[in-house]
Amino acid sequence: MNLTLKIWRQANADATGSIETYPIENVSPDMSFLEMMDVLNEELIGKGIDPVAFDHDCREGICGMCSMYINGEAHGPDRLVTTCQLHMRKFKDGDTITIEPFRANAFPVVKDLAVDRSAFDRIQHAGGFVSVNTSGNTQDANAIPIDKHDADKAFDAATCIGCGACVASCKNASAMLFVSAKVSQYALLPQGKVEATDRVLNMVKQMDEEGFGNCTNTGACEVECPKGISLENIARMNREYLSASFKG
Amino acid sequence: MATLDSKIPKGPMADKWTNHKSHINLVSPANKRLIDVIVVGTGLAGASASATLAELGYNVKTFCFQDSPRRAHSIAAQGGINAAKNYQGDGDSTYRLFYDTIKGGDYRSREANVHRLAEVSTNIIDQCVAQGVPFARDYGGLLDNRSFGGVLVSRTFYAKGQTGQQLLLGAYSAMNRQIGRGKIKMYNRHEMMDIVLVDGKARGIITRNLVNGQIERHGAHAVVIASGGYGNVFFLSTNAMGSNVSAGWKIHKKGAHFANPCFTQIHPTCIPVSGDHQSKLTLMSESLRNDGRIWVPKNIEDVNAIREGKLKPTEIAEENRDYYLERRYPAFGNLVPRDVASRAAKERCDAGHGVNKTGEAVYLDFASAIMRYGKEQAHVKGLNENDAVLVKKLGQDVVRAKYGNLFQMYEKIVDQNPYETPMMIYPAVHYTMGGVWVDYNLMTSIPGCYAIGEANFSDHGANRLGASALMQGLADGYFVLPYTIGDYLAGDIRTGAIDTNTPEFEAAEKAVKDQIDAFVNNNGKNSVDSYHKKLGKIMWNKCGMSRNAEGLKEAIAEIKALREDFYKNVNVPGEANEFNEQLAKAGRVADFLELGELFAKDALERTESCGGHFREESKTPEGEALRDDENFTFVSAWEYKGEPSEAVLVKEDLNYEEIEVKTRSYK
Repeated sequence: MNLTLKIWRQANADATGSIETYPIENVSPDMSFLEMMDVLNEELIGKGIDPVAFDHDCREGICGMCSMYINGEAHGPDRLVTTCQLHMRKFKDGDTITIEPFRANAFPVVKDLAVDRSAFDRIQHAGGFVSVNTSGNTQDANAIPIDKHDADKAFDAATCIGCGACVASCKNASAMLFVSAKVSQYALLPQGKVEATDRVLNMVKQMDEEGFGNCTNTGACEVECPKGISLENIARMNREYLSASFKG
Repeated sequence: MATLDSKIPKGPMADKWTNHKSHINLVSPANKRLIDVIVVGTGLAGASASATLAELGYNVKTFCFQDSPRRAHSIAAQGGINAAKNYQGDGDSTYRLFYDTIKGGDYRSREANVHRLAEVSTNIIDQCVAQGVPFARDYGGLLDNRSFGGVLVSRTFYAKGQTGQQLLLGAYSAMNRQIGRGKIKMYNRHEMMDIVLVDGKARGIITRNLVNGQIERHGAHAVVIASGGYGNVFFLSTNAMGSNVSAGWKIHKKGAHFANPCFTQIHPTCIPVSGDHQSKLTLMSESLRNDGRIWVPKNIEDVNAIREGKLKPTEIAEENRDYYLERRYPAFGNLVPRDVASRAAKERCDAGHGVNKTGEAVYLDFASAIMRYGKEQAHVKGLNENDAVLVKKLGQDVVRAKYGNLFQMYEKIVDQNPYETPMMIYPAVHYTMGGVWVDYNLMTSIPGCYAIGEANFSDHGANRLGASALMQGLADGYFVLPYTIGDYLAGDIRTGAIDTNTPEFEAAEKAVKDQIDAFVNNNGKNSVDSYHKKLGKIMWNKCGMSRNAEGLKEAIAEIKALREDFYKNVNVPGEANEFNEQLAKAGRVADFLELGELFAKDALERTESCGGHFREESKTPEGEALRDDENFTFVSAWEYKGEPSEAVLVKEDLNYEEIEVKTRSYK
């Protein structure tokens, strides 16, 4: 396949960015999107052009590091995949592909397609944990049976990879899906119930301070989420938040 | 010749750890506040150690090269974590886990460390459940288990095919709690460039901020290396793109012995290579071998027809399939250990039975499991067990619930539906059992410098059993290092903060800056990746699944030549003081180019076959690996002397008190 790539180039956080156009030839449909970017970068290096910076690590869809906005969609046109799992067979010969970073005020650009998502870490610092020491002196793991349905739902929420596609897809750049996934995981498990009130209040407070937008229930986040995290989690967090606010 | 003291405590095996903990020095809570510890890496080992050390009261500085500690490659571990809980009542015990691990490691690991690992394994599960890790449960609400290779019990706890993710997020959450309290200072997008020794002790590190290129000095009373394995020396592996040996290699160059570098795990079930553009390989969890059956066509005509696209695997009759693991190893069948399964796949493919275009793939087939589960479900639900369509659908639902994410991953990469047609798999580099040499306290041969998790060598011998890497990472980080480090730090309560304005820090920083300047000013013509790929080819062809003296000698010469060429002709674009991925990669590849040579040298020296290390000169008439216990029951610890070729071998003899050393058989 021969393609035309239009890629956001920005030297650093303070620089002004712009879209640059790069043709690329002989792309194999079996390549992953990031492998195509590797090939492009090798070509750019050969020509003395600065290679395109992008975040990536595990390349199997679980680390959450890759973060490209491809043809107007976080992680591109395929569903339930990250950019590293998107394969070139999803595109056609002659296509023009526009590649931008995940955009949100709370995710400043580091360089080109790499962004700073440490706001997500700070939300987790505010309450994304169970306050139990790691001494191992806890009760036996089977001492508290947990309803399989609750355990499964907690697991589904816990599969969030923290990539930020939800934020990038949301017209308000809201982080509600991300935050609600963590709040839900703990709200569904007995281990998390003890601190449920403080957790939801603190995490939401931090989310607001980071400059993420509000949720207006458009559901774009759920559609673009590579792990299929459900909007139900947002509803659950809203319930948790409301009841926590009354408890106060 | 220098000797190494493994510091294994005296007394009966089962009491060693308990007695040791009771007698080592402690640091009082007030004094812990005066002590700084650096942790490099935030995988299971690094994250759990950081959290626990901070809870105990130490001031922790933790570093990772990713944009968040949650992205460390432990996140990608799929199948599960072992623990001798015996919840299934199938005869498991601490001793049996200890025994299985020693045997699985082909009698090349240290007994006392492995016994301790088995002892603390049960605590890990309790701990993780208390943290809210959502393990799989049965309908009674209790924890579920499955079985992994090389064992005859079900002791593996799991969270679908994302166990590593859930455990890492558990450790990350424990870290977050301490970051929030200010007890851990987290440095994301920072790479450790070197360790700094003062009076022979580890007293800090030099780092590079990967966003702006700034070189920084960080002092501490102890340095913990938790930077994972070095599988990426092969270029293609299941490791993450950024996984590297540099932290381990830098401390090696400053005096830490590097042990058993040639002990590499080639995992049998990975998605085969599709072309030259390939940047990494994807694992399909070993848990799939619980339900998947591995086979190749018996007849070469069928193989050819499949390669030409004229025949589908589902069209090959049962009697024309060779379920070679079940044939060769009836007792363990598809669940033989990884090294055995990988070699068996290579043997069949070398004999011409490989089922894809490259001839390097075998089938992993779920059809019989789907029908078996489907029948069971139909029976439970009172439906017609003879309705093949219904049974298949019900069976597929069960398989989806167990392995859904893995099947989805396979389909996205290969573009085939594994519910309908068998998966194609082939072995790939996955894990390195070798690593930095450590004593029983997990301290390296540099005082005050520790290595934990995959970065050290200690627990898996020559082959690691499935679901044991997660166990070791968390055991080291949560339950071992935080105790043993106190014994050393007790001597540091009066030291005071470490001053980084000293000649030692100055010199280390200068060396780092000089190397960076040399790279960016090199004006070479070949990209960093081109060298990494060449190194990977040498490693895979000559130091891969089977090795011989001639090939290893060639590898040593070729890697040395490649390294020299790299320094002359590598092209590192961009500047030192910016976000520069090529520059970061150049430093990592430079270290791989040294490690690769030591790896080959180690493999050449060890003329026996053991575990994942298969020397063609040392095999039984049936082609199985043949150990040489008389001459090789030791750990090969290499001391740095300049060029890898000059490294000096120091042997740590392995003594087996509890377990009788036998020929490993899975027949």
